[in-house]
Amino acid sequence: MTRPIRTLFFFVSAALLALAFWLSYSDLAPLGRNTSAYGDLVNSITVPQRHITDAVTAVNFDIRGFDTLGEEFILFASVLGVVLLMRRRSDDPMGDHEDKARGRIVPYPSDAVRVTALLLLSPMVLFGLYIVSHGQLTPGGGFQGGVVLSTAPLLFYLASTYPQFRAVTPPRLIEAAEAVGASAYIFIGGVCMALGGQFLENVLPLGKTGTLVSGGTVALIDLGVGLEVSAGFVLMMLVYLEELMEAKEQ
Amino acid sequence: MSYLPYAVAAWLFIIGLYGVITSRNLVHLCICVSVIQSSSYVLLLAIGYRTGRPAPVYADIPAGTPAVDPVVQALMLTDVVVEVTVMALLLALAVQVHKRLGTLDPDRLRKLRG
Repeated sequence: MTRPIRTLFFFVSAALLALAFWLSYSDLAPLGRNTSAYGDLVNSITVPQRHITDAVTAVNFDIRGFDTLGEEFILFASVLGVVLLMRRRSDDPMGDHEDKARGRIVPYPSDAVRVTALLLLSPMVLFGLYIVSHGQLTPGGGFQGGVVLSTAPLLFYLASTYPQFRAVTPPRLIEAAEAVGASAYIFIGGVCMALGGQFLENVLPLGKTGTLVSGGTVALIDLGVGLEVSAGFVLMMLVYLEELMEAKEQ
Repeated sequence: MSYLPYAVAAWLFIIGLYGVITSRNLVHLCICVSVIQSSSYVLLLAIGYRTGRPAPVYADIPAGTPAVDPVVQALMLTDVVVEVTVMALLLALAVQVHKRLGTLDPDRLRKLRG
């Protein structure tokens, strides 16, 4: 199909798609007037029944915990895919990626970048841990906190060189953290069954509302997801940086 | 005005699709896919919004106060993080295509096969 024909085909389909959008919107109320019995129900039970003050986290890790398990494994599968696709292969058409100038001095980044990155490093770790651990209380949780945590190694990379970055994030350790984080979710679900509930049913003591240990399984799942997300992001950075370093050496 | 977010969602979807179809670079194509995906964020948040109600966080408001719909927010939240990893996967595919075929133009991929 040539480009003009394809574009013409697109405009016809886009018009039909716009019509489909229009028809599917016809039952929607104007912005701010939609109703959802499910959402209102969640809002009314999250504090009395689950002792969780962030209703979004309650939906993610407790009420619809099984769906989030699926989401988490989409993430796991994509990270796995990135690692598989970027791995070194012997039949690479670009030739072998041996370091041909071993022991050369790699120039450091500028002092301004290094100072800024190092100053930000520890606050970012603290902030990430705070977001992960307060998921059941305030907006946050494993997904968001995991991403914040994964910026810490990236800041370290900005302040140092690639070999040093690799030294503080050993791929084996990161891979293990990724696997532990992913399996923790299923493990917690299994523990709930062992304690006499359904898979991922919140059977642990719910604790006092508004404290760090409230919410039963939710706080634990948050930690597992936080570990998985941060390890996954760091792992992706590692394989991409490896690729970049190889390209530079050629 | 009250239907604007729905229109924005439809527009983002269609303009993203236009980008995918007319793209001449795989990296550009990946970004167009993320534009399509962001239309779902706009639509979900627009559907969940309730005029005058607070966020569904009961840390500082009395328990049981009617708030905006938390279900669609939960749907969106996990998707944002998952989208980034899926994007990394697509870009890894683009890197492999460039390595093996020496081009990022989707139109030239077919000619180079074989």
